[in-house]
Amino acid sequence: MKIGGHDWPLEPFGKHIWRGRMESGQLLAWVRAVREEGGQLVALWGSDDRHLDGGFGIHAACLTSAGLVWMSSDLPADAPRYPDLAHIFPQAGRMQRAVYDLLGIQAIDAVDTRKWLRHDAWAENEFPLRRDFSGHSPAPLAHDTYPFIRVEGEGVHEIAVGPIHAGTIEPGHFRFSVIGERVLRLEQRGGYAHKGTEKRFEGMDLATGARLAGRVSGDSHSAYVWAYCMAVEAATASTVPQRGIWMRALFLEIERIANHLGDLGGLGNDVALSFGLMQFWRLKEDWLRLAARLFGHRYLFDCMVPGGVAVDIDDPGKAELIGLSHRIETEIRQLKAIYDEHATLQDRFAHTGVCQPELAAQLGLTGLAGRASAQAWDARVQFPQEPYEQLNVSMATQRGGDVLARAEVRFSELHESLRLVRDILLRMPAGALHAPLAAVSASCEGLGWVEGWRGEVIVAVRIGRDGRLDRVHPHDPSWRNWPLVEVGMPGNIVADFPLINKSFNLSYSGPDL
Amino acid sequence: MPTPLILYKIFKAGRVSEAPPEADLSLRTRVQTLHADILKVFGQAVAIRHIDAGSCNGCELEIHALNGPHYNLDGRGVKFVASPRHADLLLVTGPLSRNMETALKRAYDATPEPKWVVAMGDCGCSGGLFGESYATRGKVSSVIPVDVEVPGCPPTPIALLQGILAAVSPAGGNTTDPDAPGRANE
Repeated sequence: MKIGGHDWPLEPFGKHIWRGRMESGQLLAWVRAVREEGGQLVALWGSDDRHLDGGFGIHAACLTSAGLVWMSSDLPADAPRYPDLAHIFPQAGRMQRAVYDLLGIQAIDAVDTRKWLRHDAWAENEFPLRRDFSGHSPAPLAHDTYPFIRVEGEGVHEIAVGPIHAGTIEPGHFRFSVIGERVLRLEQRGGYAHKGTEKRFEGMDLATGARLAGRVSGDSHSAYVWAYCMAVEAATASTVPQRGIWMRALFLEIERIANHLGDLGGLGNDVALSFGLMQFWRLKEDWLRLAARLFGHRYLFDCMVPGGVAVDIDDPGKAELIGLSHRIETEIRQLKAIYDEHATLQDRFAHTGVCQPELAAQLGLTGLAGRASAQAWDARVQFPQEPYEQLNVSMATQRGGDVLARAEVRFSELHESLRLVRDILLRMPAGALHAPLAAVSASCEGLGWVEGWRGEVIVAVRIGRDGRLDRVHPHDPSWRNWPLVEVGMPGNIVADFPLINKSFNLSYSGPDL
Repeated sequence: MPTPLILYKIFKAGRVSEAPPEADLSLRTRVQTLHADILKVFGQAVAIRHIDAGSCNGCELEIHALNGPHYNLDGRGVKFVASPRHADLLLVTGPLSRNMETALKRAYDATPEPKWVVAMGDCGCSGGLFGESYATRGKVSSVIPVDVEVPGCPPTPIALLQGILAAVSPAGGNTTDPDAPGRANE
């Protein structure tokens, strides 16, 4: 396979997905080749392979012209180290720090080696994802300190926000360095929602694993379960019935619509237009209630299972869903006209929290925020999995990179997803909803890749000889986007932070794992 | 000017607020003796501070939904506030990540007495799928006293409201005192 002008030994590993292995010394040349042809580093994670007669493993998932490539290197058990990748792909920085916190695998010559996921729950010389980690129950909390980067100069002061915020949002810490109202620098600290998710997967059966995968970031439940199922089905070489696959796409689009409706209301609220909040949340509530009535859960939790889906839709149900999709489409058109005409809202949205396209490309901004900064990537369009290859998704992009652009992308995607829901319902084939997974006799691996409402969700799975989960790494798009919130903030005023943050609406739980 | 459009939309959408559910007293895990005295003064008007102690954000979706127009929280005198110092009730989600343990304890201490705690979701009630581990303490009551536990993954807004009302209902369960403030809007 030719990538970045060189040939690489890659095996097909699924639709648009490739698998490669190389010496860790070659990793740098590999990611450089990816960068040169305009690709991106999507995820970086590690593994303890000592129980499989190996040492440790370092794994990188890269988006290339050929699709998604899962590249791995074996590292010696006594000194697991690999070359720093953050100087080529800055988004690797936090991932490298997390890999060290969890596994003690070191990036050689990395600039930032501060802890990331580790606070005070386990000691510096302990690594929870190592197989011989002993601390399975809570140890006493140690004293936690973290060296934030200090801005100095006359009149500069710091505002510390979180981990508990003023509104109903997830826990995280933001450190603002400001002069007057203007922000000079924003630094984020994450890890507050770290709940040992990856450790929890170890030894779990495949069905329970799907439920846990769906709770990595609850607002992206369908995206995560689908990616997990795709990985498990690829690993076990199992086939999913066509109707099951189409139902999954239906669930994913229902989830996208619910989240976009909520965000557009929230954005209105953040510029004091509570009318927007109430109108969009009224529509969202109608949408959630119909989902609950048709599928048994407002957010479709556990509707997808390995091998297919657990619930079906009948003709009256289809008619109801199509009917509501038409009504919502009409209403959001009216609401868009109001947002477009509302001077205060436009004034607050435009030129606020700008991520320039060049910077977005450099730092790897992804998903809907990426598309609002001219990063024209959508896995449903470039590398569609079934059934998206038959759906002709039209991608929404903007160049502005501000709050307004991110709102515009949401409006466009709402219309497109409402159309997709109708299209899927009308064209969905009849037949079985799920099929049993093929039996496992040897250790096997799979990768799932799904364009969720926030961006691409990746789940890498290794199943052990006993047919239970051995290593699972779920990867949230927020890993790549959080650093851009830091970059989009300087020059803005502190009071605009909630608005900017909401316009990205990133997950804390997803990357905190 | 969008004002006519806004007015038209408000008029056209009409009132979607629904009658509130009854308190579900079976969700109570303890009854504080101060109940009667507090309720005499405040009725069921309650200020809530939400604390995410490591949730997957599923519960937060439903807390947001509860603040939507269908549930008319303000009409009941129930409101979410920005600081524990302004709160009567802490609404805690998540399997209690160890990285939030200190912050949760501090928020609890900062909340003035008398106060209630509602643990929300399967994780808050029992640790849920995440359980207790090197990274989590499991149920919220392992760290701070809890008055009401609302299970569900996530609990629906109705179930959550029933739990919140259970916390602020008189010990005997009389939730229909017509003179209590906070019920004026029904």
